[in-house]
Parts: sequence; structure tokens; C-alpha cells
Amino acid sequence: MHIDLRTVSIKPLRQTFDHVARRIGEGKAASRYQEGTLDLQATANFHYRPTWDPAHEIFDVSRTALRMADWYAFKDPRQFYYGTYTITRGRQQETAEANFDFVDTRGLADMLEPELRTAATRLLVPLRHVAWGANMNNAAICAYAYGTAITQPCIYHAMDQLGIAQYLTRAGLLLGDLDALDEGRRAWLEDEAWQGLRRYVEDSFVVQDPIELYVAQNVALDGLLYPLVYLTTVDDVFASRGGSAVALLTSFMSEWFQETRKWVDATLKTAAGESADNKALLEHWSTHWRDRAASALRPVARIGLGEAADEMLADALGQFNARLAKAGLTV
Amino acid sequence: MDMHAPKKKLGLKEKYQVMTRGLDWEPSYQKKEDIYPYATYEGIKIHDWDKWEDPFRLTMDAYWKYQAEKERKLYAIIDAYAQSNGHLNVTDARYLNTVKLFLTGVSPLEYMAHRGFAHVGRQFPGAGPRVACLMQSLDEIRHAQTQIHALSNYNKHYNGLHEFRHMHDRVWYLSVPKSFFDDAITAGPFEFMIAIGFSFEYVLTNLLFVPFVSGAAYNGDMGTMTFGFSAQSDEARHMTLGLEVIKFILEQDPDNLPIVQRWIDKWTWRGYRVLTLVAMMMDYMLPKRTMSWKEAWEVYFEENGGALFKDLARYGIKIPKCAETIALEKDHLSHQAWGTFYNYGAAAAFHTWVPEKDEMDWLAAKYPDSFDKYYRPRLEYWREQAAQGKRFYNKTLPMLCQTCQIPMLFTEPGDPTKICYREVDYKGGKYHFCSDHCKEIFEHEPEKYVQSWLPVHQIYQGNCFPEGTDPTAEGFDPLAAVLQYYHLEFGRDNLDFEGSEDQKNFETWRGQATKNV
Repeated sequence: MHIDLRTVSIKPLRQTFDHVARRIGEGKAASRYQEGTLDLQATANFHYRPTWDPAHEIFDVSRTALRMADWYAFKDPRQFYYGTYTITRGRQQETAEANFDFVDTRGLADMLEPELRTAATRLLVPLRHVAWGANMNNAAICAYAYGTAITQPCIYHAMDQLGIAQYLTRAGLLLGDLDALDEGRRAWLEDEAWQGLRRYVEDSFVVQDPIELYVAQNVALDGLLYPLVYLTTVDDVFASRGGSAVALLTSFMSEWFQETRKWVDATLKTAAGESADNKALLEHWSTHWRDRAASALRPVARIGLGEAADEMLADALGQFNARLAKAGLTV
Repeated sequence: MDMHAPKKKLGLKEKYQVMTRGLDWEPSYQKKEDIYPYATYEGIKIHDWDKWEDPFRLTMDAYWKYQAEKERKLYAIIDAYAQSNGHLNVTDARYLNTVKLFLTGVSPLEYMAHRGFAHVGRQFPGAGPRVACLMQSLDEIRHAQTQIHALSNYNKHYNGLHEFRHMHDRVWYLSVPKSFFDDAITAGPFEFMIAIGFSFEYVLTNLLFVPFVSGAAYNGDMGTMTFGFSAQSDEARHMTLGLEVIKFILEQDPDNLPIVQRWIDKWTWRGYRVLTLVAMMMDYMLPKRTMSWKEAWEVYFEENGGALFKDLARYGIKIPKCAETIALEKDHLSHQAWGTFYNYGAAAAFHTWVPEKDEMDWLAAKYPDSFDKYYRPRLEYWREQAAQGKRFYNKTLPMLCQTCQIPMLFTEPGDPTKICYREVDYKGGKYHFCSDHCKEIFEHEPEKYVQSWLPVHQIYQGNCFPEGTDPTAEGFDPLAAVLQYYHLEFGRDNLDFEGSEDQKNFETWRGQATKNV
């Protein structure tokens, strides 16, 4: 049944801001994502050049080799603005909190097979440093890329990665103790198995082109690491060996990857679809960083997967290539 | 059988440390100076980043939880306010011009703060400050967006807001706040933190943000009031960060003191000049006033700020010397500013007016030493002229200060009858300044400030007309062309409040909402 509640209705002069209307069409109502994103970054009449980078304007399309006629061609399929972003993550952290609580209060970590528990600790704890690197890199992309459409999701992504680093820290404390964090750090700094990955992360810190950095971090490294570690090793292999408790501790990461890859894919598709030059550039970057990421991850994957690591990595690579093909990239 | 051995509990501080700086490591595959290339060129010496005291201890899960709750409440109120036509409950339609000034002048700065803190949050070699800065970067995009969303409904019904983003980069008086933030973000990361984190967020926020939000609360604008209140706990975090930054830098090395002192002097003055717009808003634009500009300055800077600088004295920091000049200006600032905007009301994206008689009496009571003597006669003359159909609009362009970019409207310290002019010759050019302080800022970094995009110069150089304009064509109207370039609609966004579309619509709509017509 319909009930007719009345409010005083007055006819508005306009539906939204003119810069938004120019993009979505005159007379159309704009979403909060659109009003909070479109043309929000300054583009004209900058007063001074950065003393830290006098070769560029404050915001400058020439910081990257990627060329876009319109940097607002990028869309976040999740339509995240700050409000929807925090409300979504707020809900997810409730689930994560319940999971941690469940594992903790029932002592599930202590019920894991010692071998599995050790493997999970050795695999997951050093990854907190990788997530920290991803936080730094996404802060850089947010700061130095062009246009709110692409920079906005990067600050969310940066803080997500900090959250992930913190969840991994808590997982380490649950599976082990403070010592587990120290041991993880030692392995990250010294063990042969981690040096390829650490080199990858440190090399990414000096990549100057923000879109190349996007490819190195969000496309290549995370595009292989998350399927391999969280979806395959933890959710499948560990779970089948009685390690569902570990999967509870990393469920945020699995869910997060499935959500954020949609945005990463959309970004690639838009950039690649712009021009043959962009496509070639993205293919070059993707191939280069994918190959480096794959060889860096191989010894890491062995920690959780043993001999099966090579096969699983090959699977992950196959899926990665198929995923990029859908975005229009041949790699 | 319970094999669950209780774990050693970490203290709050220890826990936060493993959740933040514990994630960092000393790189060995790349050099630290290549990873953090901007950390040393300003001359600030940091010996031990671990001495950084985290100003707040908020992990991301807690951040998401609190902020999500705040966002839910805020948007529920914004929706209800829009649905019930809450804008018709503001004191009177002149109030709306405050909102216009805020959205065109301040909200774009929130966005710049977001990008600026992302930049410094990437560049500091210390993990503790990086995390704190990135969290502020995230907060600042919140502030930009909640302001835009809260004010979006005003834009649907009133003029002057529809091109806030486009105008911010072009309109003459908006180059004052724009150049302020451009100045900060183009400085090194340490100066940015003193400029924005300390001088602006800590010392001056009560004079910028608070007057707008309190003004909203006093004038029935629940939308603006709500985003202001919702941002309060974020601002508290930003203030503690600003204070920690300055203490940390000063404690690291005695050589940092003169650099920091110079930045405090510079940014207090730069910030104060931007506050000229706020002073005028408080004294002239709010139909129901909260307090005078002069009172606000005395409470928030002279008293509260005085206590802060006393606290910082143990590091050798002195109260900025410009405070003396500001004290001499406080009886005049808002009146001189409003007079200027009244003059240039044809080229501003908000309405201007002469205050009512009771408002002039209020001003006279708040400014017994200056208002009746210097400013009331002028306002009364303008009112008489307007009544005779001769509302005065100045059609010439004013000279701008090279540093703060405000028209040369300020008077000599101590002599309110004489305009203050300063000038410097530099590499064959002559540069003009509104004050000794703006002149000194220029002299310290001339290569920076010669770059200023001065709106008046740009108009004269022909850079502020729509593309394809032919200024040599017969009947060319430069003001009309500049307003087109601004996307400022003549007769709707500008001119006197009296007779404006806003005034008429508000009256009609309020009638619809409160009477049976």
C-alpha cells in the first residue's frame, strides 16, 4: 500500500554543479560519487612550481608516460567516495573482528597442526612488510597521478593496505607472539626466500612514473600475490589441511582482493582502450613487472605450498594473463 | 582440555608501534635518499625518527569503525535537511553568501590538503609521521566531499555556487586562498607541515573553520553546522599532529630553530591574510553574528595562541612578529575588506550590500575606535547613492600584492587614512606589496613569488577571456569577457543583494513553506 507523505515542493534552479552537468548531461541528478569526484582536482593557473620538483606543475599529466585525453574517463565501479568507502570497510572490519575473536576465544590457533601453524606464520608475517610497501606506493600514486577519478581510489587503497598490514600483524600475534613478528622481520631482511620480493618492493619505491607504479604494485604484484597466497594457499590448501582458522584471519584480504580487482581491471581497460600507444605501454609495464613478481613470489609460495608451488604459480600466471586479456592487454 | 595459553598482552603504545613503525624496515636494495628524495633539501636535520611520539593511536580497523558511524549520521542529517527544505530556515537570504564564500574559497583547499598530505605522507623517512599524515590525507578528502555534498542542495536553489571548482582556479579574490595552498604544497615537506599542520590547523583553525560553523549554527544552517561538528574529532587529531610535528622538529636539532621560526612567521602572516575573507564574513555577512572579528582574534590568537607560544618558548620559539601589525589592523580589517567587495560587487560571485542600521550599531559597539569615525560615513553614503539609483560598482582593476594577492586595500599600520604600499625591484621588474610582511616573504624567496599568477596582471595580458575572444573587436567589453571566463553569470551570481534572484526566490519559497498560498 502506498501512503502519500507530503513535503513542500519547490522547483530547483539546477540539478548539480555545472562542471558535473557538463560531464553527465544537463538537467540530470548527480550521484554523490560524481559530485565528490568529477573535476575536483585543480587543473589551471597554478601559482608556483614545486620546489621539490620544478620540472612539473603541482598536478601534471607529464609525470606519467600514459596519455589520456581526459583523466576523468576513469571510473571506480564501486563508486567509492569517502562515505561509501568507510561504511563498506566499517562493515568488513566488524566481520574481521568477529573472526579474530572467534579464533582467539576458542584457542583455534593452538588446535592447528604445528607444521601448518608454522608454515602459516612463516608465510603471512613477512607479508605485513609487503602490504606496508603497497601503502607507500598507493600514497605516491594518489599524490602524483592526475585527476581525482584515479587518485581518490588510491588513498583508499593505501589505507586498505595499511589495514591489511595491521591484520597480518594481529594474525602473527595470534599464531605466534611478538617473537613471531621479530622472526618475520628477520626473514624479510635476511632469508633468501624473501629477498626477491623485498628487492621488488624496494625497487618499486623509486619508480617515478605513477602509472607504472600502479602497474607494478596494484596490477602485477598484488595480481599474483593475492590469488596465490590468500585464495590458493590459505583458502584452499591450508583449509583442506584443517587450517580454516587461518582462513578466518585472512578473510578480509580475500574479499578485499575480489572487490578491488574490479577497480584495477576497469582502470586498465579504460587506459588501454584510449590508444594503441597506451596499450603497448601498459603491456610493456605489465609484462616486465609480472615476470619480476612471479620470480620473486616463487620461493615465497614454496613456504606454504612446498613442491606444488610451481604448478600453483603457473595457474596464477595463467589466470593473471586471462584477466589482463579481458582488460584488453596481451601479455 | 584447554591448550589455549593466554598470550602476553601488549600495551596500547607497544601495540600501536608494531601496527605502524614496526612495519617499516631499513632498505638495502635502494638507497634511502632515493626512496625519500625530498627529506633534506630544506635544511631540517632529523637524527632519530624513532623519537617521534605518535600523536594519536588509531589503527585502521578502529578508524573505519568510527568514521563509518560518523558518516552514517552525517548523511542522514544532510538528507533530512534537504528533504525538508531546511535552507528556508536560515535567518535571511543574505546568509547564503557565506556558504558561497566557503564552497568557492575553502572546500577546494580541503581537497588540496588531501593531496598535500598524501605527498608528505609518502615522503617523510619516518614511519610514524607517514601514517599520521596519510590518515589526515584521508580525512581531508572527507572534508572536501562532505562540504560539497552538504552544500549541493544550496547550489540547486541559489546562485554563486554552481562553478565553485572552475572559479577557484580563476576568480580574482579566490587566488588568495588558492595561492596560499599552492605556496604550501610547493614548499618542502617540512615547511608544508609547519604551514598547514601547525600554523593553519593548530594556530588558525579556530579563526577559519570555527567562525563558519558557528555562523551556520547561529543562522539556522543545519547542513553546514552538521558537517562542521562531524569534522570536529578529525580536526582534533590534525591539531595534535601539527603540535607534535613542531615539537619533534625542534627537539631534533638546535639548527632547526631559525628555519622553523621563519616558517611560523611567514605562515602566520600568510594565513592571517587569507582570514581577511573570514573577518568580513563574520562582521558583515552573517545576519546573526556570533562574535566580531576583533573579538575572535583576541580570544583565539592573542589569548589561546599566546598560551601556545609561551609553551613553545622553551624551544626558543617566539610569537610571530607580525602579531603586532595584526593587532593594529584588527579594528579595520573587516571594514576595509567589505568596502572593497562592495566596490567590486560586479566581479564577485556573491552578493554585497550595505548593512542595516541595527547592524551598523552593532559594528559601532564592537569597534568603538574605528567604525563610526572611518567606516559608517562611507557605508551611509553608499546607501544614499544606491537609494538614488546610483549603486556604485568599480569597473577598474585594483593593484594586487605580489605575495598574498589581495588588492592593495590595507592601510598603514597605525594610520587608517593612508593605503600601505611597499615595493621591491628585482631583476628589472617592480613588485608591489600590501605590507612589510608580504614584502619580506617575497625577498626571502623571490624566485618563487615572481611566478605568482596574479589575476589582474593576467586580465591585462589577455589571458582571462574565453577562447576565441577578440579584444580588438568594436564594442569589446572586457569585464563581460572576464566574467564569461570565470563562468560567472552576470545579474545572477553578482551585484547587490537587493533585487537579486536569490532574494526573490527565497522570499517566494519561504512564503510557500510557511503560508497557505
